[in-house]
Amino acid sequence: MELRKQHDNHNLAPDIPDDWFVPKAKDQDEAEAVVRPSLSYWQDAWRRLLKNKLAMAGLFFLIALAFMAIFGPVISPHSVSEQSLANQNLPPSSKYWFGTDELGRDVFARTWYGARISLFVGIVAAMIDFAIGVIYGGIAGYKGGRTDNSMMRIVEILYGLPYLLVVILISVVMGPGLFTIIFALSVTGWVGMARIVRGQVLQIKNYEFVLASKTFGTKTSRIIKKNLLPNTMGPIIVQMTLTVPSAIFAEAFLSFLGLGIQPPFASWGSMANDGLSTILSGHWWRLFFPAFFISLTMFSFNVLGDGLQDALDPKLRR
Amino acid sequence: MTGYIIKRLFAMIVTLWFIITLTFFLMHSIPGSPFNEERNTSEAVQRNLEKFYHLDEPLYVQYGMYLKSVVTFDFGPSIKKSSQTVNEMLGRGFPVSFELGIVTLIVAVFSGIALGIIAALRHNGIIDYLAMTIAVLGISVPNFVLATLLIQQLAVNLTILPVATWSSPKHMILPTLALATGPMAIIARLTRSSMLEVLTQDYIKTAKAKGLSPVKIVFKHALRNALLPVVTVLGSLAASILTGTFVIEKIFAIPGMGKYFVESINTRDYPVIMGTTVFYSTILIMMLFLVDIAYGVLDPRIKLHKKEGS
Repeated sequence: MELRKQHDNHNLAPDIPDDWFVPKAKDQDEAEAVVRPSLSYWQDAWRRLLKNKLAMAGLFFLIALAFMAIFGPVISPHSVSEQSLANQNLPPSSKYWFGTDELGRDVFARTWYGARISLFVGIVAAMIDFAIGVIYGGIAGYKGGRTDNSMMRIVEILYGLPYLLVVILISVVMGPGLFTIIFALSVTGWVGMARIVRGQVLQIKNYEFVLASKTFGTKTSRIIKKNLLPNTMGPIIVQMTLTVPSAIFAEAFLSFLGLGIQPPFASWGSMANDGLSTILSGHWWRLFFPAFFISLTMFSFNVLGDGLQDALDPKLRR
Repeated sequence: MTGYIIKRLFAMIVTLWFIITLTFFLMHSIPGSPFNEERNTSEAVQRNLEKFYHLDEPLYVQYGMYLKSVVTFDFGPSIKKSSQTVNEMLGRGFPVSFELGIVTLIVAVFSGIALGIIAALRHNGIIDYLAMTIAVLGISVPNFVLATLLIQQLAVNLTILPVATWSSPKHMILPTLALATGPMAIIARLTRSSMLEVLTQDYIKTAKAKGLSPVKIVFKHALRNALLPVVTVLGSLAASILTGTFVIEKIFAIPGMGKYFVESINTRDYPVIMGTTVFYSTILIMMLFLVDIAYGVLDPRIKLHKKEGS
């Protein structure tokens, strides 16, 4: 109240003539200058992801794991399949960093070799899901109507299938192996992606910019590619970061049941399976290292996925 | 609502038929018959065996008989353990697996919801971070790893709990813990995020303004709405618990259905594989169906929407 009174008095002060008040010359450039650098959607998302410490830790671990998967087997003084019956079941030491298994093979080399297989399965399965899911969901969502209805009926049936059971059945029929695992994971895996893409496309296709494209006579394939997909990329990426760990888990699960990677090749799941039987005799390192890195990978992908979900959500944009 | 149930029932039957047929043709696409492996039988014996299991009939006749056996729920004898029928195995294994699954589900749901509520109420506090760390770890650590860790620490090192088998409530603690942690973590995260969303709603402010006690606000107003998303994941959680039982039963030597299933895979015992697969899928698809119906009953908005749609 006090302040306002003073202000009023000031305005009413008779000793300041009106012509003292001259409008400041407007500088056109200055008025239009952008103070804050304009950020694209992706730059903004990246900026927000950088602030998420947990997600960055996940990203860091993943880069480190990928690095070790590539160079780990090379760094190790022992090869993956080198057997040495004199050095059975040795605990970790300066010679064998992660110890040895019952055939005297180096667990360090095998762990990073297993990382290659596990990461390969996860990433390839996610890519296949992406390719099929995006095309299928994109078409269903864009066409709409009866096409959408019948396409989604199929998805609904596949979605109801217990996915690990189907994966197990396919592995039984095709015989265990890397290709089988990836195939089995892809058969049911793309369904989730298709549902997400379809839902997004269904929503975005009614926006004005799509309508504008249509009025210009743009071809359907180009509209899907240039207008719809870039705008659904956020949820798609999040879904992919969550597909990779579930594929890695499924591989470990299958290998653990004896349906996965067969010896002499190793994956984290098959190493854990081998290590399980020796845990009671005190050879903890044989289970610990593969199990630890499975968990670390799953953890990293999960927190990165969560971070991306927050970073890419336009509703949270500030 | 009735129309919706009928529609879902129909979809359920189609899905079931699909997986039953898929199982049949997958099993029959394997080259050779189960008998011309290990055992060196004469041709006459082999023909008799094939006749006994109807493997000499044309495929469509076998498919018809298979469908009939599914509908009447009689899967015939096991090929590898000839003294037992698949039904006997299911009858023996199912109660054990069911017990493990139900106890796990109850533990996971209740502890997960409790953890989620506490985390949401102490948002960004130490308890919240602690609960969410447990949750992320629970999702990241595969159940077979957790199971072996638990055995190593609690059963071998400290010897406070039995290592394996399924004979007393004490034996149930470790397998249930190992199996429940993952689903619990998922439920905790879901409850927390939906609880946080609900707590900012206007009707919670109204409830606070009315001077209701915090307990009443949380349990009567917030929780009821926050639990809806949790109900939707129950179906897929049941699926993950069910497949989890394969591994857990293997590790803890529990004589449940999962053990027979894994065994039948390793010995390629087709009738057992088919029987257990059909049985598992039936349970799972029924669960999904029930969850859908429950969701429709719990959320009146769904009902309205479906009526308009159909």
